[in-house]
Amino acid sequence: MAGNVKRKINGDSHRKSRRGTEESTVVKWVLIAIALAFCLVFLLLPLINVFAQAFSKGCSAYLGALTSPDSWAAIRLTLIVAAIAVPLNVIFGLAAAWTIAKFNFRGKSLLITLIDLPFSVSPVVAGLMFVVLFGLQGFFGKFLDDHDIKIIFAVPGIVLATLFVTFPFVARELIPVMQATGTEQEQAALTLGASGWKTFWHVTLPSVKWGLIYGIILCNARAMGEYGAVSVVSGGISGRTDTMPLRVDKLYHEYNAQAAFAVASLLALLALITLGLKTFLEWKQAREFAKAETAPPVKTPESAGLSGAIGSMN
Amino acid sequence: MSIELKNITKQFGGVAAVNNVSFSVREGELMALLGPSGGGKTTVLRMIAGLEMPTGGDVFISGQRVNDLSVQERNIGFVFQNYALFKNMNVFKNVAFGLKIKKWKRNDIKDRVAELLKLFQLEGLEKRYPHQLSGGQRQRVAIARALASKPSVLLLDEPFGAVDAKIRQELREELVKLHHELNVTTIFVTHDQEEALEISNRVVIFSRGRLEQVGAPREVYEQPANEFVATFIGVMNVLNTEVKDGIAYMGELQFPAHDQPNGTRLRIGFRPYAVQVSTDLTLFPYRAVLRHTFFLGVMLRLEFEMPSGLTLRSRMTKEEYAQLALEDGKEVSLQIRNYRILAKEDSTLPPEKEFTYQPPPTIAEHI
Repeated sequence: MAGNVKRKINGDSHRKSRRGTEESTVVKWVLIAIALAFCLVFLLLPLINVFAQAFSKGCSAYLGALTSPDSWAAIRLTLIVAAIAVPLNVIFGLAAAWTIAKFNFRGKSLLITLIDLPFSVSPVVAGLMFVVLFGLQGFFGKFLDDHDIKIIFAVPGIVLATLFVTFPFVARELIPVMQATGTEQEQAALTLGASGWKTFWHVTLPSVKWGLIYGIILCNARAMGEYGAVSVVSGGISGRTDTMPLRVDKLYHEYNAQAAFAVASLLALLALITLGLKTFLEWKQAREFAKAETAPPVKTPESAGLSGAIGSMN
Repeated sequence: MSIELKNITKQFGGVAAVNNVSFSVREGELMALLGPSGGGKTTVLRMIAGLEMPTGGDVFISGQRVNDLSVQERNIGFVFQNYALFKNMNVFKNVAFGLKIKKWKRNDIKDRVAELLKLFQLEGLEKRYPHQLSGGQRQRVAIARALASKPSVLLLDEPFGAVDAKIRQELREELVKLHHELNVTTIFVTHDQEEALEISNRVVIFSRGRLEQVGAPREVYEQPANEFVATFIGVMNVLNTEVKDGIAYMGELQFPAHDQPNGTRLRIGFRPYAVQVSTDLTLFPYRAVLRHTFFLGVMLRLEFEMPSGLTLRSRMTKEEYAQLALEDGKEVSLQIRNYRILAKEDSTLPPEKEFTYQPPPTIAEHI
């Protein structure tokens, strides 16, 4: 009703624009359509294709591909590598972010640059770097060989390469969050009697929770999905030093597309699960906030408020 | 509990943020640390709390030297400028935090928090998170949290800085009421002289890391220890005069300055209320024109311009203004009822009580 009256007053020229800052309907839908089409073509279709190819020969073929000894070994190795690399990088990321966000010291900007190094170096170069260091002809090669320690073309090399490549994710996510949070909450915890460790556990960590979760998700996805650096140090020994991405590549080049896609589907599934988990946690948090909001505040009369509890205060 | 600071100095990288400061706070007192920003007042508060360690000097709480005690061991309640509530905890958990750390029993914690929430009128908000509270509620939660484990001292850093003007007034009154009820020794930092004078028992005034004066609000207002205090507390007209034949001149204004040799430069100050105005041009010795009237509520601030171009600030009530039938551009006669010599050359003189008549300034009067 009110709208109709207003339109009449404003006249025809104003009919199309609703509010000052709002785009016209056409522009809005065109933009939405472009964004959706892009997501469909570049994200959704490939994802569906992965699963379609994986199941192209039926469920039993799919399971068969996954449980073949070499693929199974690759899956296990990937999980082991991630299980080592992610926690280590979480600890490192927390320590680095803490140092950078809460303290001022000389060489701070150098440290920040160093943390970014793995992003700016090609993964293949990173892998090569470890070969040069620990390979047979490498810097420590003689020493390692004498003591019968295998790093290159073995699991330790893969872990090292993965650690290097996934090194910045947690720290990068945490630094801005910690800088924004500042140190006041921690100081407040100290004045309330909390020790440094308790302050970290109850105040610092929860306040960077979302940054940390997001960092872990990214770190984990990359740790499981890393190809370049790992392929250089792994040597690609089937059943021993193949990770899932290497296994996918190998199967594909052996013209076993269905098996390749079956393993690939696992990686894709992992991405979907972590995204789902993150969405779920966010939803849970939002619900908790909403619940607190709807609880009606009980206003007590002012006089009753200040007189009641005095006796036991001091 | 009483607090005493003895020769406290704090240096940050060679710069003295606090320089040889000594003062004491009596048990149950409500004390204000006042000064312009960068004056060192927050640093002093943080040293009392144990959040900063003094470079030199000693801090005593209840007669016990606490220099070597950590923040956790000092049993103080600290309210941060932006409250520093734990964002990931709801109101109940915020208030209960210190009690949990001190290993209180579950039921005792519940009772104590309920008691505090009632005291601070926060009942029903237990489950809310800090971002769901208003500014005033946040501050009340912060104070409740600081008081939860019954600290011996309550320290507040700029407690009214983060809220808008109207709520600020309410919160001031609440703090006074709270202090009155609980009688816990309370020290708060502020850069707002009005706030400090209005609610504290005594005021410590800092500038550039030095302690300028300690005293009751009325004392520092009426008997400022030096020029800084005189000009910082309330408004003051300050004139640079030169002595000639026993009289200090600035423009057409003259002040008796016996026993001062010719050529001596004196800085003379007087409060706006010391300027007496009449529309009878023969009543007072000086002539001036009213240039601007500033409306401040009950009080008006007036700017007079003398023939030499000298500008004087004065103030009066609306009624006085109406009675004199003043308006901008009107010519008046005026005199300076009392004044003080603030400084001679560059050195600071001890304050001088002046002239005949001291009007009783109420605290709300200075503008």
